[in-house]
Amino acid sequence: MKPAPFAWHAPEDLAAALALKAQHGGEAQFLAGGQSLVPAMNFRVAQPAVLVDLNRVAALDSLAFDAEGTLRVGAMCRYRRIERDAEVARRLPLLVEALAEVAHPQIRNRGTLAGNLCHADPASEMPAVMLALEARFRLCRHDGERVLPARDFFLGPLATALAEEEMLAEIQIPALPPGTGTGFLEVARRRGDYAMMGVAAVLRRGPEGRCVAARLALCSAGPTPMLAERAAASLVGTRLTAEDFAAAAALAVAEIDPMGSVQASPAYQRHLAGVLVPRALALAAERAA
Amino acid sequence: MKFTIRVNGVEHTREVEPRLLLSDFLRHEIGLTGTHVGCEHGVCGACTILWDGAPVRSCLAFAVQAEGHEIRTVEGLAPGPGQLNPLQQAFRDAHGLQCGYCTPGILMTMTAFLEENPKPDEAQVREALSGNLCRCTGYQHIVDAVLLASQA
Ligand code: FES
Ligand code: FES
Repeated sequence: MKPAPFAWHAPEDLAAALALKAQHGGEAQFLAGGQSLVPAMNFRVAQPAVLVDLNRVAALDSLAFDAEGTLRVGAMCRYRRIERDAEVARRLPLLVEALAEVAHPQIRNRGTLAGNLCHADPASEMPAVMLALEARFRLCRHDGERVLPARDFFLGPLATALAEEEMLAEIQIPALPPGTGTGFLEVARRRGDYAMMGVAAVLRRGPEGRCVAARLALCSAGPTPMLAERAAASLVGTRLTAEDFAAAAALAVAEIDPMGSVQASPAYQRHLAGVLVPRALALAAERAA
Repeated sequence: MKFTIRVNGVEHTREVEPRLLLSDFLRHEIGLTGTHVGCEHGVCGACTILWDGAPVRSCLAFAVQAEGHEIRTVEGLAPGPGQLNPLQQAFRDAHGLQCGYCTPGILMTMTAFLEENPKPDEAQVREALSGNLCRCTGYQHIVDAVLLASQA
């Protein structure tokens, strides 16, 4: 239970961090909050030869809404800062609601959103929430950058679209249009455990009360966070009744691809999705009123 | 590498490998064995310390990362030798421990919790306790102890 030796670099600015990553390539890993990477290193599942520690890059510890109302979360912004921000709670309640389910306060005091997303555990809440909120990720390298939609970022269990030299430097979460309601629900064995199934719902009502937009994203529901697109599409134009939610749940259960775990078989995970999807949708619909 | 760390208000300068976990540094380098190590992968909470006042897992940080930060361990709680602070006294009075393995981590978690929520209800205490495992007590007496301390 002790990490293998590594060379430790703790640069103080982004350019230096990216230069180190470019120099060491696949030998190096970025260290953010360390709440996924350090356990993996303690088990020696991960043995990076070089750690580029981002904890001293003050500029990456940022959290702010820009002029368009997009929330910009820097790579070193810890969960705790996000969940305690009153403006985030008001404008993006889905994020704060789901954060309460992420591990425990001790983990959230150090863990970062960006680190969690790069770890890309399909059982984790945040990747699914990023899909539901149509987040975009700014990926930086020493000689450039690109912006990728969250849905193109997650490639498989613990696998992302990040190139060897890239850092997920910033998460951009667009403002929710007026009339939008959101809800997050999950079932886990114990408080703070990974979800056996989790559902993030985003619904928008038009002026007459009918649904004009819907998104449903699930965690622990496949090799990546899963968007239930047919289920979401089925809700558009409806009055968001219990029957509409049941129909959407049936579609969602067919769309997901749960892999099972020691805690829950795929069949049980599908059952949970069938229960949680209508409840999360009802929550979102109520809040969209 | 050489680095300096502040623990319970005292500075320590040591030469260590970067891979040394903060938990092991506290125990083996400066002899503060009150911080316990259970799982070493962030699950049990036995190694919880205060990092700039906030409870974190010392098994999930490297000692060298703590330079420039204020670290507080269970040894920093008592007002003096042979004395207990009100939270520790409440654990004693309410039988909040049996083997005591989990206790230092729980005391540190609850120290920060009570600073923010001086008058919690039982549900809040249970929620705050969810990141610390105890194999002995069944938690009820720990909850009682924290509530007792909050009434002091
Ligand atoms: S020893 Fe650190 S959480 Fe268990
Ligand atoms: S008192 Fe024994 S583990 Fe808690």
